[in-house]
Amino acid sequence: MQEQWRSFSPGVWIREINVRNFIQMNYTPYDGDDSFLAGPTAGTTALWEQVMELNQKEREAGGVLDMDTRVISTITSHGPGYLNKDLETIVGFQTDKPFKRSLQPYGGIRMAVKACADNGREVDQEVVDFFTTHRKTHNAGVFDAYTPEMRACRSSHIITGLPDAYGRGRIIGDYRRIALYGVDRLIDDKEEQKATTRSTMYSEIIRDREELSEQIRALKELKELGRIYGFDISRPADNVQEAIQWTYFGYLAAVKEQNGAAMSLGRTSTFLDIYAQRDLAEGRFTEEQIQEFVDHFIMKLRLVKFARTPEYNELFSGDPTWVTESVGGVGIDGRHMVTKMSFRYLHTLQNLGTAPEPNLTVLWSVRLPENFKRFCAKTSIESSSIQYENDDLMRVTHGDDYAIACCVSSMRLGKEMQFFGARANLAKCLLYAINGGVDEVSKKQVGPKYRPITSEYLDYDEVMERYHDMMQWLAGVYVNSLNIIHYMHDKYSYERLQMALHDHKVTRWFATGIAGLSVVADSLSAIRYAKVRTVRDENGIVVDYQVEGDFPKYGNDDDRVDQIAVDIVHDFMNYVKRNHCYRGGIPTTSILTITSNVVYGKATGSTPDGRKAGEPFAPGANPMHHRDSHGAVASLASVAKLPFKDAQDGISNTFSIIPGALGREDQVFMGDLDIELECCGDSACAIPNLMEGLDDRN
Amino acid sequence: MAGHVHSIESFGTVDGPGVRLVVFFQGCPLRCLYCHNPDTWHFGGGTEMTAGEIIALYEKNRPFYKNGGITATGGEPLGQMEFLTELFEAASMRGIHTCLDTSGITFSAENASLLRQFDRLTAATSLVMLDIKHIDPDAHLQLTGKPLKPVLDFARYLDGRGVPMWIRHVIVPGITYDQGQLFRLGQFIGSLRHVKALDVLPYHDMGRAKYDRLGLDYRLKDTKPLGREEAIAAKRQILSGIQAVRSSRPQPPSAI
Repeated sequence: MQEQWRSFSPGVWIREINVRNFIQMNYTPYDGDDSFLAGPTAGTTALWEQVMELNQKEREAGGVLDMDTRVISTITSHGPGYLNKDLETIVGFQTDKPFKRSLQPYGGIRMAVKACADNGREVDQEVVDFFTTHRKTHNAGVFDAYTPEMRACRSSHIITGLPDAYGRGRIIGDYRRIALYGVDRLIDDKEEQKATTRSTMYSEIIRDREELSEQIRALKELKELGRIYGFDISRPADNVQEAIQWTYFGYLAAVKEQNGAAMSLGRTSTFLDIYAQRDLAEGRFTEEQIQEFVDHFIMKLRLVKFARTPEYNELFSGDPTWVTESVGGVGIDGRHMVTKMSFRYLHTLQNLGTAPEPNLTVLWSVRLPENFKRFCAKTSIESSSIQYENDDLMRVTHGDDYAIACCVSSMRLGKEMQFFGARANLAKCLLYAINGGVDEVSKKQVGPKYRPITSEYLDYDEVMERYHDMMQWLAGVYVNSLNIIHYMHDKYSYERLQMALHDHKVTRWFATGIAGLSVVADSLSAIRYAKVRTVRDENGIVVDYQVEGDFPKYGNDDDRVDQIAVDIVHDFMNYVKRNHCYRGGIPTTSILTITSNVVYGKATGSTPDGRKAGEPFAPGANPMHHRDSHGAVASLASVAKLPFKDAQDGISNTFSIIPGALGREDQVFMGDLDIELECCGDSACAIPNLMEGLDDRN
Repeated sequence: MAGHVHSIESFGTVDGPGVRLVVFFQGCPLRCLYCHNPDTWHFGGGTEMTAGEIIALYEKNRPFYKNGGITATGGEPLGQMEFLTELFEAASMRGIHTCLDTSGITFSAENASLLRQFDRLTAATSLVMLDIKHIDPDAHLQLTGKPLKPVLDFARYLDGRGVPMWIRHVIVPGITYDQGQLFRLGQFIGSLRHVKALDVLPYHDMGRAKYDRLGLDYRLKDTKPLGREEAIAAKRQILSGIQAVRSSRPQPPSAI
């Protein structure tokens, strides 16, 4: 056994690349509370102050402090960069200094040029020429293959947010492998895979061999990245600091090469806790030191930055990187997977202050330990920065070593990947069904010239019949556009390092997405239960709707309308499934436009639910604003009816609540049961304040 | 039978323990000056719902209410005694925690048939949140338009039957924010054995817009909302009243 594996329980993970087995054989579930946690060290505080200063400067500079306009970013393109070499316990930046954004033209040179231009910079002319004349990009490839219909759908925004000019993201390398095995072992494994491909050179075998070669090359460069910072990562990590550093080098190499729409980290905390436990037992590090490593690691993740255009930032309402890290969950053997490291990760929100990145996501189960649940609730109330996902639901499909990419996309680490698919605007699709494929904004014939609806008042059965035809058409154009995109992305902007951290045979989820679900559900409900009158322009195109009477609205736990939403998701998914998906991808869909709902709404005309042209959609699967009038449980219950099996790529619900509404003094959920007992020192009059019966009753 | 329901909140977190289904009853005999739900005063109207329909709403989303239950508030739930009893009996039969948020104003110890009704209701009640508006009889009449006696009688009656109680009290500057009154309120509470918690609420004027909408005169327009610190101080004063009674009597009596 490797010296670095001393005292670990052996298992098949020794013979094969199998991080899950290593975790299951070695992790220590933690049922205790948060009292063991350590605050920030002086070094952490000093570094974070430096970051805050740079943040301030970046804001003052208009959003971008520095950009590389000449050196094309690769794993080894830049020398080491530091905030303060003496204080940093985890090191590595995307370029040679913090806050300097890298140049990544492989997704599309035009996007790279525009991102620089919009920030007052100019990409080196030689680079532009090279990527225009000599080296084709993903973006150029896609537009060579798009059909006129696809381009029309794209510009009318009925299909929208397509990753055809930027990195698709949503692929999570199993970065833990680097720490556990060291890069040399991973290279050996890939060499073996390459040596054992089939030998008749069909095109997919050729592609396979070429990709494996790319992966091996990337791993070799990864070792070089370690060397640039003074580490030998060819061997396994020896302690928790190295384990974090090795893992981070993997992630860093990925973001140096891919400006993906979501560059998620995976599920690292319980894995790393195994090293922390051993170091504590061996007396190598103290709790303060371990927390410092974690704080510095999280700090690095917060400083991942990409060069992006204002339009991109508008689409995503900010400059998100979606460094999602999945925490907690329950194992398939019934043991929960909460460790001290799960606490330490969430604790960074206190030590460093609150931040949207990394997107700390708790895999929630009713069987998580009570102390951890309380800590999550407390941290949520203090920071508003934790995302929750239903582990009990996802574990059934993905087991106990999956992670979330972006906001809701679940995949087994190193075994499954996703082709990110943006989304189809189903609200606009409904308007196309009514107007016979004519876009209500541009008035162009975008969809097929099906019979439009000509009556003054909309008839539910007639609209539904047309809508199904139109959805079927839309699903076809949509899936085929994605086929082109992913073919070209694989060809011109292959995620070689991330795929090197996957098994040879991976399952590919072919993700699609839905925007405007609640608009559609309410519109169809209005047509069915109220009267909807059409308002037409001079050419007879419906441009507005007048709703007469009231109708059941999605978000109130009312089956009459909730069932419409359920059916639409189910039917659209079926239409998606009828199409061929690139590279054996398994189709899924998501309902998760957390931020882009504003932009999608802007591009969509008035809808039969009374929403006016240009008004935002609700985010994700949320009910429309102000239409859920029966409180949060009713609203959540409506969303919860959407079947996961029809939207396996995830269903999101954005839930904001003022702390006061969670109970007086915010303590209903945090459950501080004995406040103010000291007012009445005499035990005879001990009044458990307000909280009587909260937890001792089930 | 069907009751008149003003509205239903599916996610109530401040009206009893846990997450609760909160049923707002239509109609109230009191006219408290600071009332923030004047739209629930009028008897009749609202939506007609049966106890069965409300239980069905609860059962549908039972997992959310694991540590909660059903709360009847209003309006004044006691204003629809029969419907309320039916609802609570149906709920407690299913093991659902029931909480009654009330002023106790319809109670009378003298009326035997009414007492039997209250016996039935309290047998199905897990917790009463009793809102004592003012501890001084005259001030109570001025503040609410009704006498104080039934309220205190109801408190003693509940205590006698061993029904757990939370006492609620709204602190209004110039009306109940008075050291002497708060201490006396504490003394009364101290005489009860089954009070589990004290819920002191600072006065706010968020109901004011409703008055304008309903064309009603808002008579506290010159009263400023009470700050959090002052509410905490008021609570201490009530607690000291409680302590005074309890420390002087090892076995607190059930009535003053």
